[in-house]
Amino acid sequence: MDKVINKIALKELLYKTADDLLILGHRNSEWTGIGPLLEEDIAFSSMAQDKIGQSLAIYELLHDLGEADPDTVAFMRNAEQFHNCKFVELPIGEYEFSLVRHFLYDHSILLRFQQLSTSSCQPLAQIARKLVGELRYHIMHADLFIKKLGTGTDESISRLQTTLEQAIPFALGVFERSPQESDLISDLIFTGEDDLYTRWCHEITKVIESTALVLPQHNLSEAKTGGRIGQHTPHLQPLLDEMAEVLRLDPSTDW
Amino acid sequence: MYGGGNTFEATKFDNLAKEDPIKLDEFEARIAGGEKIEPADWMPVLYRKQLIRMIEQHAHSEIIGALPEGTWITRAPGFKRKLALMAKVQDEVGHAQLLYSAAETLGKSREDMMQDLINGRSKYSNIFNYPALTWADSTIISWLVDAGAIVNQLANSKGSYGPYCRALERICVEESFHLKYGHHAVIHLATGSKIQRQMVQEALNRWWPPMMHFFGPPDRISVHTEVLMKWKVKMATNDECRQQFLDMYVPKIWELRLSVPDPNLQKNEETRQWEYTEPDWEEFKRVINGDGPCNKERLAVRRMAEERGRWVRKALLTPDAKYVTPLA
Repeated sequence: MDKVINKIALKELLYKTADDLLILGHRNSEWTGIGPLLEEDIAFSSMAQDKIGQSLAIYELLHDLGEADPDTVAFMRNAEQFHNCKFVELPIGEYEFSLVRHFLYDHSILLRFQQLSTSSCQPLAQIARKLVGELRYHIMHADLFIKKLGTGTDESISRLQTTLEQAIPFALGVFERSPQESDLISDLIFTGEDDLYTRWCHEITKVIESTALVLPQHNLSEAKTGGRIGQHTPHLQPLLDEMAEVLRLDPSTDW
Repeated sequence: MYGGGNTFEATKFDNLAKEDPIKLDEFEARIAGGEKIEPADWMPVLYRKQLIRMIEQHAHSEIIGALPEGTWITRAPGFKRKLALMAKVQDEVGHAQLLYSAAETLGKSREDMMQDLINGRSKYSNIFNYPALTWADSTIISWLVDAGAIVNQLANSKGSYGPYCRALERICVEESFHLKYGHHAVIHLATGSKIQRQMVQEALNRWWPPMMHFFGPPDRISVHTEVLMKWKVKMATNDECRQQFLDMYVPKIWELRLSVPDPNLQKNEETRQWEYTEPDWEEFKRVINGDGPCNKERLAVRRMAEERGRWVRKALLTPDAKYVTPLA
């Protein structure tokens, strides 16, 4: 990071990645105590802990780059200051929605960190290499359940198929391009959202093809975008209000 | 975590008359000699029945206990607390999984146990029928309820049934981390701002009476459990557990300059026993029989989770489901 890089673009990349992980981790933690079976309760909690821990690692990197400390950044911003995609902020819904989101989103975040493992931004590359190891397990879990339920009963197949169709436009919103992305690409920090999207299509197609499910036709023009520039669904602000409810009683105190 | 004070059925000694006296003697000799009983071993009907009841109640307490604290995961103040609380509550659900498996070795399926929980046929720890109104309540639960659970579980881990003892040993190790987390969080509130001190004192006031109920009715009015003690199903009396808890934690509470809402609480230096105001055992009975502040809500949440998840469990059991190589 010695040469002059576009710090705004780098921070934007870090913020959107960390915000995605925090919000999805928060959502997945809502399954604690109410999962469809104890083992899934435990699995969703475990993955939620990983994702929140991963977001913390990136907020710490942002802190090193001059941003506020992780608790302030995560707990004290309002919805329009968050850069997560809309997909992760949607409520957990029924289990099929949370599972399909876990499958579609986690493939994208694994690929993102695989790309970032070779980033010219060394501290980011270091974090990415560590997180890839954790996220591989999330993918194994997601693929296993998509394969099991995607070939299980008529009901499970139909629930997953309907959800897949509803979720795809939101999943495409993950790949919303940033205005300054070309600088990141030329600085070899990140290979870009389009590249990520192409790889993602390949990965999810492989899994879906091994089930009774049909991957809906899709292209990026249908993506539910806006999240990356702070335009969110009405679901995000209440989530943030809840998250900060205790801390905001006295933000200056140690809890 | 776990509420002690199991609701044992009154022991019917005439049941024992139906057991093979030679096998019963051998069984009792093994237990007296400190051996563990394993699932395939001969055991009296009453032993099996009471163990299923006890382990099942314990398992239910773990998943129901995940609910009052679980509601604070999404509101925990800051990364450190949020991550710790998530891990802690996940542990509790993991304990339920271990315990249901231990109970299954005695012949009752997890599905049947879950059904009995929802139908109200089997109990869980009474303490989880009270609400966790503030963040401070969740920290008091993590500290004191888990502390109580350890007192109880450490005693039971020396019991006679192998699978239950092994599960309890692992559970106790995890609970001891919960206790540290809870104590740490309470210390921060008790030594923090005025708002925080007030929050934690009010939470302690709310949780003290249920905590005194936690170990069950006093020995003098409890169901007689001599045979269960002899078989090492029940390892300590309710009063012994309560005394041990008071001995270990009242000084720690006072050290934080928090007050216990019982003006009569003191240690009698002659008898070495704690004296306290007898908690309201009528309330205990009322709550255990379904009329507590949160009984209906707790069971409704559990019922909803079971119903919403039914299609998942059914699909996973389908023999036609694509075989997926196990992860490990």
